[in-house]
Order: sequence, then structure tokens, then C-alpha cells
Amino acid sequence: MAVEKLFKDEATEEKGERARMASFIGAMAIADLVKTTLGPKGMDKILQSTGRGRSVTVTNDGATILKSLHIDNPAAKVLVDISKVQDDEVGDGTTSVVVLAGELLREAEKLVNVKIHPMTIISGYRMAAECARNALLEKVVDNKQDAEKFKSDLMKISMTTLSSKILSQDKEHFAKLAVDAVMRLKGSTNLEAIQIIKKPGGSLKDSFLDEGFILDKKIGIGQPKRIENAKILVANTAMDTDKVKIYGARVRVDSMSKVAEIEGAEKVKMREKVQKIISHGINCFVNRQLIYNFPEELFADAGVLAIEHADFDGIERLALVTGGEIASTFDNPESVKLGQCKLIEEIMIGEDKLIHFSGCEMGQACTIVLRGASSHVLDEADRSLHDALCVLSQTVNDSRVLLGGGWPEMVMAKAVDELARKTPGKKSHAIEAFSRALLAIPTIIADNAGLDSAELVSQLRAEHHQEGSTAGIDVISGSVGDMVERGVSEAFKVKQAVLLSATEAAEMILRVDEIITCAPRRREDRM
Amino acid sequence: MALAFDEFGRPFIIIKEQESKKRLRGIDAHKANIAAGKAVARILRTSLGPKGMDKMLQSPDGDVTITNDGATILEQMDVDNQIAKLMVELSRSQDYEIGDGTTGVVVMAGALLEQAERLLERGIHPIRIAEGYEMASRIAYEHLELIAHKFEFDATNVEPLVQTCMTTLSSKIVNRCKRSLAEIAVKAVLAVADLERRDVNLDLIKVEGKVGGKLEDTELIYGIVVDKDMSHPQMPKEIQDAKIAILTCPFEPPKPKTKHKVDIDTVEKFQTLRLQEQKYFDDMVQQCKDVGATLVICQWGFDDEANHLLMHRNLPAVRWVGGVELELIAIATGGRIVPRFQELTPEKLGRAGLVREKAFGTTKDRMIYIEHCANSRAVTIFIRGGNKMMIEETKRSIHDALCVARNLIRNNSIVYGGGSAEISCSIAVEAAADKYPGVEQYAIRSFADALDSVPMALAENSGLQPIETLSAVKSQQIKKNNHCCGIDCNDVGTDDMCEQNVFEALIGKQQQVLLATQVVKMILKIDDVISPSDY
Repeated sequence: MAVEKLFKDEATEEKGERARMASFIGAMAIADLVKTTLGPKGMDKILQSTGRGRSVTVTNDGATILKSLHIDNPAAKVLVDISKVQDDEVGDGTTSVVVLAGELLREAEKLVNVKIHPMTIISGYRMAAECARNALLEKVVDNKQDAEKFKSDLMKISMTTLSSKILSQDKEHFAKLAVDAVMRLKGSTNLEAIQIIKKPGGSLKDSFLDEGFILDKKIGIGQPKRIENAKILVANTAMDTDKVKIYGARVRVDSMSKVAEIEGAEKVKMREKVQKIISHGINCFVNRQLIYNFPEELFADAGVLAIEHADFDGIERLALVTGGEIASTFDNPESVKLGQCKLIEEIMIGEDKLIHFSGCEMGQACTIVLRGASSHVLDEADRSLHDALCVLSQTVNDSRVLLGGGWPEMVMAKAVDELARKTPGKKSHAIEAFSRALLAIPTIIADNAGLDSAELVSQLRAEHHQEGSTAGIDVISGSVGDMVERGVSEAFKVKQAVLLSATEAAEMILRVDEIITCAPRRREDRM
Repeated sequence: MALAFDEFGRPFIIIKEQESKKRLRGIDAHKANIAAGKAVARILRTSLGPKGMDKMLQSPDGDVTITNDGATILEQMDVDNQIAKLMVELSRSQDYEIGDGTTGVVVMAGALLEQAERLLERGIHPIRIAEGYEMASRIAYEHLELIAHKFEFDATNVEPLVQTCMTTLSSKIVNRCKRSLAEIAVKAVLAVADLERRDVNLDLIKVEGKVGGKLEDTELIYGIVVDKDMSHPQMPKEIQDAKIAILTCPFEPPKPKTKHKVDIDTVEKFQTLRLQEQKYFDDMVQQCKDVGATLVICQWGFDDEANHLLMHRNLPAVRWVGGVELELIAIATGGRIVPRFQELTPEKLGRAGLVREKAFGTTKDRMIYIEHCANSRAVTIFIRGGNKMMIEETKRSIHDALCVARNLIRNNSIVYGGGSAEISCSIAVEAAADKYPGVEQYAIRSFADALDSVPMALAENSGLQPIETLSAVKSQQIKKNNHCCGIDCNDVGTDDMCEQNVFEALIGKQQQVLLATQVVKMILKIDDVISPSDY
């Protein structure tokens, strides 16, 4: 007797082969989707949001594409998740990780079809991943000691990262920007200290790195436009009406005169507050919250530059740059640490006026001003630069470097192939499959560039047969070339994260033999 | 038909609205129930053992969970059938009581039901079957005790504990680094265990996860990790020899519970109120400072002004810390949770050797580590992993391992795994069956067959010939009189589980047998299912 209704209505259950097929297909579909964006000649995607305004994003960044997709297939969600983690952890390689996981599953599917148990495949993949990682570890170059060389490594890495993005035309310019910005951080990975301001207009080449700090605000009317040797008080305090914070308090008056009295008292209170602030001996006051006209006028009278409504990040960065503390009470002026900088002035970028702080006490922070033809270009440039900055800041901490252009994949594939030959049993099929999946990455890069991938990859493999080869695919000239000469480098940390997370994800999906989908939660119709 | 006639011969209906209810009775009800129970067991069957597969579950909101843990799978399934719900309960109670073996118990209940179906077809009354099962379960329970080994461990020799945890972990996705995770679990349990009373309070072990890094980076921290950062970005990121004030009152003006209004109608009142307000903040911070605190941990938020005052007086603070975490911090640092500023005294402060803030990855995720605490009885297991699902699954696996370690500290008897205990019980029950006169004999024999189904599933999942392997192992057990023979899932080459170091806790196994039998008895006693029809 069959069981009717074990699950709730609409809940579905997929078992065994069908479940496996569903997850393989889902994962591979995702991998194929982002596949074409891989490599220096990868294409971009247009994403249109479903929200109001149908805003459009043009991007090449795997994580951004996947984040905006609405996905129903659970296996596909696993891949989206690893891409997001890759973005959070190392910042780059978000496409590679998905493509590699997809290829691993594609190979696994073939093996499952010839009746090899998923668990056997998993144990083979594990061995292969370990072996591939060791192969990379053997080949890494670490130039931490040699500052000159290290800087050129960083330069190469950022150029390699940027070459697959919209900035590839001016990659040298931007690579230099990114390296300079990261070097200023002096080893910290706190990317908040690097501010990116986007201003439409001009061309991408006009983007520049500013050593000081730029705040996207206007200077109040009647206040000094230029201050030398500024003393800055960074504050987070209400400068509109100071509410009484005691619970339940309210104003109750019974005549017009009393209203006036209270108003007067309020004004006195504000005046006192402003007086206290001014008595810190400052000539610039930056507040996170609004500053009303009345206190603004008072500040103007005292010759103090008052800037209102700087957002929270702005305040934090400004405090970091100028070395001041963020103040909310002003009763003891002697002990509040003020921020300092040599010069504050109003500058023009394009059409907009901005406030520029230069000659700051702490050299860590800086601002990158991006210029470009449209806001889409700027957004994409911002994402690309963010990727480069992330990779660089991670490389500063872990300075191990590898060559790029498919070189690491070839090295890994070779080592894994050797392991397959040595391993007895069915596992060796899985190990071989792993090496095929690794080879798929240079193949896709070449395909995307419109090159004869089969020819190039086989040439590359022959090159790599020799010990210590440095050959990789040079997409620009469309041939196999020496990656040391071309200066194509990648960070070890990124490659390692790609390898490990892709294997982990593939393993997770392979282990599944049943998918149970609950009935989707009903949304109330708001008609 | 539930139709009766009153004394005047007029018909009346006892159960109303017959048409709108679905009703199953007698043998049909039994069969439907058994089929439902079997269906649930069938889902879990492939997850058993070290080579068991995972299930992918999609929740109503679209979140994906991938897991191998029986209790989790059943919990997240959208089960509608009443009997299936009983099975879910069964697995849950095993989870609460023992923490491990949640898959095994369901598989066993499924097998018992399957056997019961055959007996029903032969016309044996369900109650007789239930009684037979009850007798058989008692035999198995006692036999388990007989074959159990006591094993000795102490704070220095933890190897047996680690081995047992490894058995638990080997069926999960984390088996890649089961050794290190098992060690972490054992160390954590020993750190909080009260070896005198043989009791472990698992609440003292906090399991925290953060996406990123790799599984190998998972670590045990003798202290607390809180997923929060300092309230003010410019507060110091590292505090040595911290004295911690643990507060449950906000740094805000007081809010009396009774409804009240403060009317401001004159300028003087306005001004006094303002001064009062400033004084509040000042007093609060001063009170913390006066007792000598160097770190404030607060359950609530701070006002901007209070925040700055704290920063200004060089008093780092953490806000919005959850209640459970607050308690753990209090336990670890030996401090008291203080509900009012007035009640702060130096004795109530907690102490920690080092408090530091640590950043992860490229996003601005920060966490606060409280280490070298005065009382190191609270520990944190900090899990890293490639993605969110991995972390969740690792958390569940660690929980299982912790439970196993705890059970062993409570009762240090073990049985051997790999299905060997089940096979041994099956032999014992089979032998005992012949001694019982009456129909129960058949039920007891069926129970023995049902016990065989666990090793059978193990062998099946490992890609071995189930019947062949099982009979080989069984004959080995009888021939050599060695109850350690089990299924060689990992293809090591020996079927002696003693050599393979595959152990399970005795109470876990006993509980499995008892719980499975109880649920099956309950299901067998149902002979009428009335359910409202769809409306």
C-alpha cells in the first residue's frame, strides 16, 4: 500500500540518480553562466534589477553576477555561496572558483555514469586537491625580503587582476594607483582607510590617487574656504534641536510669552554648546549629524568651518586620517584629542565642489577619485579596483606569489596526473578527472579570447613536460609564452582559496543523494 | 458506521460529519501507519555509516541545508503524516538524550515496522507483536551490557575518548580532519567536565562559526568569542588584564516602568532637566570607572554621548551582547551580571588575561576574543570553513562529538561499532527466542532480523554485498565467539572493530534499542486513524 502524502502539499522529494542529476545540472548551469566572463578577454553581463526603476548593472565580476541572480536550484545556491565567500575572504577569483567547481562536477557526472560511487570520487578528489596544493607550495616565490622586487610583484598581480576587468585599457595606471594605496596601509588589511569617490565626467585615465582625504561635502556659506594648519574636531552630536533625553519629558506651556521664553532657553543652550565647541581652539568642525542654520551661523561668526552630515564611514575615516577622536560631549576641552592637518581647501572635480584635507598627521588613509564616462562605468571600475585592492592587501600579508596565465593550473594538473598514475584502484579515475577539470580553466580562458584552445593547451602541456617551465597562455598575442617575461603573476592565497573551496563545494554536492524541498512559504497577497 | 438508534428507534449519528472525515480502521490503519514509518526510515537509510550520503534540504524560505545528521534532516522535512511525525519525534528525543545515533534509531524503528508487517500478514495480533518486541528489547538491552567494555581514561590519557569521537565524526562531511576535530571536542569537554561528579555541562561550550579560511583552521579557544566589536571605533583593540563590568542596564537615561510625564513649563525647569541629563551620563561612566573596570560589556545600547564619555575616560565597551553570551562571559571571567549601576562593586567585576579584537577577511567583520579568563571552565570552539553550509554542518558534527564525549564521561562503557553490537544482539535474541513459548517467539525472532538491518544498511552504503557480508560477519562472530566483528566500511582489511578502534558509547546504543521499540509499540497499538479531510 502506497503512502499517500508523507510530506505537506507542494513539498517535493527527489531521490538517488534524479537528485544527483538535478544538482549536477543546476551547478553546471551556473558555472556555464559565468564561464564566459573568465580571463582577460571575458565578456560582461548586463543585469537588470526587478525593483522599481529597473536599474542596470554591467559587470564582469563573478560574485556580483551571482549575487543578483534569483536561483531556485539548491545545488546552484551552494556555488553562489562559495563565490560570495571567496569575495569576502580574498576579493578576487570569484569566477574561477565557480567555474572550477562546475568543471569538477562535470567530470564527476561522467564518472558516476560509468558506475563509480560518489564516495570514491570524493576520496580521489581529496587526494588530488591535497597534491595540487603541495605542487603549488613547491613553486611559490616569496619576495618579502626584497622590497623592490616585492613592489614589482604587487604591481604585476594588480595588473593581472585588472586585465580581466573594464580597467584593462589603463591597467598600468590603475595598478599603480592600487599598489600605492595599499602600500600606504603598511600591512593592515583595513580597506576602509581607502576611500573611493566616483565622479562622472572625464575619462578613466583622469582618475587619481590623492594622499589626503576628500570629503564629498560643501563648505557652508560665509565660512572660510581655505584653512591652513587646521585643528579639527570630529564629532557625532545633535546640532539641530537638542532633545531632552529623559523619558516622558515634554514641553507644556500655556501662553505665547512662555513659548518665547522656552525658545530663548533653547537658543541659549545651543549657543552655549557652540561656545564650548569653539573653546576647544578649533577652526574646523565636522559633525556626523545635521547642523541647523542657527549654529552654523554661530560657527561662521567665529570663523570656524563647519561641515554637516558627513556619513558614518566618512567620520571614522576622517578621525583615522587626522588622528582626532570622535567626540560627543564637550565639557573638558583640554583632554579631547583634536585632529590636525596642514591645509583644508575647497577643490573642484568636474562640476562638483569637494573639501580636501591635505598634509594629515597619519599617512595611512588616502582617497582614490574615479572619473569615467557614465555611472555604470564608474560602478564597474569601483568593483574592479576593489578586487585589486583586496588581492593586494591580502598579498601584503601573505607575500607568496605564483605566475599567472594558466600556469598554476598546468603545474597542478601535471602533479595530479602523476599522482593518478601512482594510485591503484578506482580512485585514480577521479584523480585523473580532477586534472582534466584543472585543464579546463586555461581552455576556457583561451576560448573566451577566441583562440584555438585545443592547440594552445596541448602546446602548453608539452612545454610543461620539462621541469621548471614558466610557460602560460598569452591571450594578447594568442600564443604560448613565458609568463616571467610577460610579468603575469597571481597571489598564492587566491589560488589556494579557489582550489580548496571549489573542491569542498564539489564534494558537498556529490555527497547528496536526496533533495527534499519544502513547500515555499506563502506570501500574503497585498492586493 | 457510527450510527445508533435511541429508545424510540430514531437514528442518530455518534461521530458527526462522517463524510468530511477520512477514517482508516483495523488492518488498513496498521498497514498505512507502517508504510509511513517505513518511508521515513527509507529516506534516512542511505545516510547511515561512514560512507553514508547527505541530503539536501530546501527550507520554505529557500535556504539550503546539506546534512547527514538524522535529527536535522527530519526536523527540516515538511512532514505532514502523523506517523511520520512520530518518527521525527523519535529522532529528536535521541538527539536530546544522547546527541548521536539519530539516524540509527530511525533505521531500526523502520526495520522493526517492516518485520511487524510480515507478522501481521500471518495474522498475529499487533499487541502480541508489541509484547514480543518488548521482551526482545530487554534481552538486547541486557546483552549490550554484557558485551560492553569499561575503558579507563583520565585527564592525561584521552586517546580512547578521541577514538570514540572519531567514530562519530567519520560519518560526516568533516571526516577529512576528523582527528583534529575529535581532539578539539575532547579537549573542550574535558575543560568543562566535572570529573568528580562525572557530569558535563555542555552549555559552557560555545560553538561559534565564521565563514572563510579552511576547516583545518578550526580552533579551540580557552575563553569566549563574541561576534561584536568595540562600541567606538577608536577604542583600544587589545586589553591586558582586563577587569570586566558586565551590565544589563543601558547607558541611557532611566526609563521608569510606570507611565509618567515630566512637564516643562518654565525656563528653569528646562535648564535643570538639561543639567540632570548630563549628570546621568557622567555618573554612569564614573561609577564604572570608580570600581576599577577596564572593560564594559553591556547587553543594551549606548547613547552617543555616553559612548563618547566612555571613550574619553579610556573605558572600552562592547554593546548589544546577547543574554546567553553575557552569561557565559560571566561564568568564564568569574564576574557577576550587574543590573544597575548603583550595585557595581569591585568584587563583581570579571577578570580576563587578554581581550582583543580580531578582523577577518576583506570585509569589516570583527570579533572579540576574551581569553585567559579567571575561570577557564567556559570554552569556545571556533569553526572556519569554505561556506555557510559547511560551517552549519560542522557545527552539528561537533555537537554530536561533544555529546559522545560527554556520554563517555558519564558512563565509560563502550560497545564496538560497525554494526558489531547489533549483530551480537541479534545472535543473542535469536538464541533466546526459542525459549519463549507462544506467539511472542515469532515476534522475538523478527526483532533479531530487524537488528540485522542496521549492519545491512551499513554494508549497502559502503558498496559491499549486504547479505554476503552480513552472513560472513555473523558466522565469524559465532565461530570465534568474538563480538567485535563488524562491517569493514572503510575497506581496512579486518572486520575486528577492536583493531579498527571503532567505538560507540553503551548508553547511546541502549537508548537506540529502547526508543525504537517504544515507538514501534506505540504505532502498532493504533488501529483507528481519524483525520479531518481537506477543507
